[in-house]
Formats: sequence, structure tokens, C-alpha cells
Amino acid sequence: MVWPLPLIPQPNCMERMRTMAWLTQTLGSSIGKKVLMAVSGLSFIGFLAGHLAGNLTIYGGADAFNGYAEQLHALGPFLAVAEFGLLGLFAIHVLVGLVLFWQNFQARPVRYAVNKSPGGKTIGSATMPYTGVLILLFIIFHLSNFSRFFVDQSATTIYQIVSNAFANPVYVGLYVLAMLVVALHVSHGFWSLFQTLGLNHSKYMPAITVLGVVLSVVFALGFGFLPVYIAFMA
Amino acid sequence: MGSDTINITLKVWRQKNAADKGRFETIAVNDVDSHMSFLEMLDTANEKLILAGKDPIAFDNDCREGICGTCGCVVDGIPHGPNKAMTLCQLHMRKFADGDVIAVEPWRARAFKVLKDLMVDRGPLDKIIQAGGYVSVNTGSAPDANAIPIPMEVAEKAMDAAACIGCGACVATCPNASAMLFVSAKVSQLALLPQGKPEAAQRALSMVATMDALGFGNCTNHKACEAVCPKEVSIVNIARLNREFIKAGVTSEAEVDLPLALVPAAEKSAKPRAASPEAPKPAKPVAQSTSGGMVLTGSIYILTFLFVLGFIWQSLASFL
Ligand code: SF4
Ligand code: FES
Repeated sequence: MVWPLPLIPQPNCMERMRTMAWLTQTLGSSIGKKVLMAVSGLSFIGFLAGHLAGNLTIYGGADAFNGYAEQLHALGPFLAVAEFGLLGLFAIHVLVGLVLFWQNFQARPVRYAVNKSPGGKTIGSATMPYTGVLILLFIIFHLSNFSRFFVDQSATTIYQIVSNAFANPVYVGLYVLAMLVVALHVSHGFWSLFQTLGLNHSKYMPAITVLGVVLSVVFALGFGFLPVYIAFMA
Repeated sequence: MGSDTINITLKVWRQKNAADKGRFETIAVNDVDSHMSFLEMLDTANEKLILAGKDPIAFDNDCREGICGTCGCVVDGIPHGPNKAMTLCQLHMRKFADGDVIAVEPWRARAFKVLKDLMVDRGPLDKIIQAGGYVSVNTGSAPDANAIPIPMEVAEKAMDAAACIGCGACVATCPNASAMLFVSAKVSQLALLPQGKPEAAQRALSMVATMDALGFGNCTNHKACEAVCPKEVSIVNIARLNREFIKAGVTSEAEVDLPLALVPAAEKSAKPRAASPEAPKPAKPVAQSTSGGMVLTGSIYILTFLFVLGFIWQSLASFL
């Protein structure tokens, strides 16, 4: 296979890398890592909103849902762009998140004997790394259940696959729990990403904080009820 | 106003020097006047220790009126104790009840070395200031007052940020031991005013780079700092710092300028911080966090590369 030309290291490659130092310095700094988390996190919230809107077609019955899936697949290369875009953002979010977790763990080598919250911290903010890892595990599980990359969808419709899965109460329980974890993650993530991008303004911050809570409730209820509904329909 | 006396038990951190491992010591302090400040209570305890021929508890303090930022330790898990918007020297014993057991610990952060008992080296905060927490002015006669008109609200915001006394409680309480509230206050007080604007980009870049290099953690927006800050510095300043930093990183041509005196804190001798106006030592490369940044950005490059490759493959596959 012939490599595309621009990818072959050129003699002045290092020189060019050095002129990119501003980018590595900005993104590698403590604030830069936060910005990477914020931007990728915002994309996931957009994705979740779209995913939820699409999934609501389940309430329209098997045909509506299968039709929605077909429409998605008909997008062809655009779907591929979106999928790989998400994968890239996801890799960044997980990687930077792990780096942050490790560095912040190291920043206090001797812990306090007495810990008491002075306020400010929430369950959501205190558990971000843990809910994050749980969501990572859930997404792997979720893709292995339903994704066209892991499940043969030529013979069965997606509605059949989904209702077969949720005939099992263990799956229903796992999915509902996972959605609660997502809600917890979003409850801190949403307002936090605005703060990170410097968008903390006395006029808008109260609304953003409320919107974050509303969003996490909407995600928890919206996604969480779907498996229960399907289980009862099946 | 009659005064009560209470008997309390201190579980206080004792550590001979920076190299010592340290441990908690239980000290009973009886007949504490409830009108005493927390530091006066420590004085009382120390007098008894000295009379008994023991080493007194070392703790930092200076003004004892809540304005200098020298005092501070973690009382029952909260920096500066249970009172909101108050330094430790302003905390009074009437906050405690007879028979209370009070845990007293020093600020804990990798960047703050414990020097002795409750004293920590907050020199790293000074180094962050050296990196850009100033404005350059010409010597000579003082400029005219009010030569540059500044709107009232802006002046107020700058004053609110300038209220920071550099005590380090924000670092102490932060789950990540991050100094963002401190740095944001110091950047904001100058960035808000016209006098601070010319050096704003350089300041934001250099102070953040210095903070990272000194081993403070990364801010993840817990808001705990704002809750303990004795001067109630708001996290709105952190948002402003983020803005200043992103703007400087993306649009300006300013470069990071680490201060000359950026020496690993471990090399400093065990001296109280107020008494060491030492000359700047030659710079030593502070590799740790820059290499972290390299690893991070390197992996992001590699991932992006794999991602683009996979994307090309995927779109070819879906076309054929
Ligand atoms: S921001 Fe507040 S807590 Fe932090 S150093 Fe300044 S005064 Fe102390
Ligand atoms: S001793 Fe000055 S602020 Fe407490």
C-alpha cells in the first residue's frame, strides 16, 4: 500500500513540529486538558440528545424504529464520519480523563486524616472519574449488544434484537442503572464545561446550572424508561 | 459577658522537619477561655508544653486579624476551621463545645512541603507570582491618580479578586490540590484593569505553566475552594482565567516565561517562609509536567492519525 504523501516524514518535519509547540503547550496545560474534556463532553451531550430523539421512535412501534435505523444506515459515509468523529472524541475524553485522574491523585501524596466537605463539592463532581469508567464499560457492553459492528443485522431487524435483549430482566436492570450513572456524570459535566470554556456569567450561569440538572433528569428518564417499556411490550 | 471555659483534646500533627514522617499527637488542653481565638488556644497549649520541657507546636501566624494570609491549618477536615469567610486566627473557641476532640493538620499538597508540625512552605505560590503576577512600570514620578478612568463595577471586580491574601486554603481543600483559585485571583486583579492589559497574555500563559510545573493538581470545577476561601474569592475568576489563558494560547504571540527562581521546593531549607528573602537560584528544568503534556499531546496526535486512517478505510469500505 502506498502511503499518502503528506504522511511521509519530511526533512524539516521536526522544525514544523516545534512551531506547533504553542498548541501542545496550550492543550497539554492543566487548562488545556480541561478544555479538551469540555469540548468532547459537549459533543457527547449533543450526541445523547440526538440518540434519545431517535430512540423515541421505539414508542411508535417496531416499524417506526426499524425505519429510523434504516434511515441512519442510508446515510452511508456520513454515518461513518459521525461514528469515527465520536470515536475520536471518545478516545480524547477517556485518555485525558485518565491523565487528569492520575495527576490529581498524585498532587496530594499524604491524604488528610479527617475529611469533611466545606461545601461546593457534589456527588456528581466527586465521582466523575468513577462514573466515567462505568460509562466506558457500559458503552462497550452496549455496542456489543446492539451495534452493527458486533451483531449481525442482516437476518433480524434491530427492533427484534432490542426486544430479545430486554426480555432478560438483568439487561433491563443494567441499562437503567447505567442511565442513572450517565445522569450523575452529566449533572456535573454540563455546567462544568461552560465554566471551563470561560462562559461563567452572572446572567446565564443560573440558567446553565438548572439546564444541567434538567438534562440529566431527561437523559435518566428518557433512556431509562425505554428498556422497561420494551420489556413490558415483549 | 461571662466567659466560659471548656476542656478540649487536640489531635495535632507533629513532624520534626521536612524529612520526618510525622504522626498525630493527642494533647489535652484544659480551661480554655471560649473568647480565645484558635491561635491563642494553641499558644496556651504551647506554654504548657514548654513548661513541661517539650517542643511547642509550630504554626504560622502574623497579623492575627485576618489580613495577612500567614495563618492556616486544617481543623476537623476544613481549612481555617468551620466558619465561613474567616481565617484561622479569626476563629474563636466559642465555636467548640466542652469535651470536643479537634483534629489539626497542616495544608496537604505535593506542592506544599511540611516544614515542621503545622507549618508548610507556601513558596510555590510566590513563584507563581514571580512568573507574571505583576505589572511593569517605569520608575520616576508617580503617575497622576485617576488619569485612566475605570468604571466602578470593573474596579469592584478587581478589588474582589485582589482580596486574596495568598493563604493557600484553596489548595488545601481542593480534592485535586489545585491552585487555580489563587492563580485566577492574581490574574484577574490585573487582567481586569487597563494597567494589566499589556502583559495579560504573557501573564496568563506563564503563571499557568508555572503552576503546572510546581506540581499542583488540575482544576476540575469542584467549587470547594470558593467555599473555604476566607476572602470569598469567587470561581467566576477561574472562568476568567480560563478565558484569558485560551485567548492567550490561541490568539497571542506571547510565550511562556518560567521564573528564574523555579527551583524544586524540596531543595529549600526548613525555614519559615516569611524569613527567607533568598536570592533566586539558577533555573533548573522542571520536566515532570511538560513531559506529561508531551505524552498527552503525542498520544492525541497518534490517535488522530489512527482515526483519520480508520476513517479513510471506513469510507472506502462503505463506498465499495
Ligand atoms: S483564593 Fe482565597 S483561599 Fe486561595 S489563597 Fe487566596 S485568599 Fe486563600
Ligand atoms: S495571622 Fe494574618 S491572616 Fe491569620
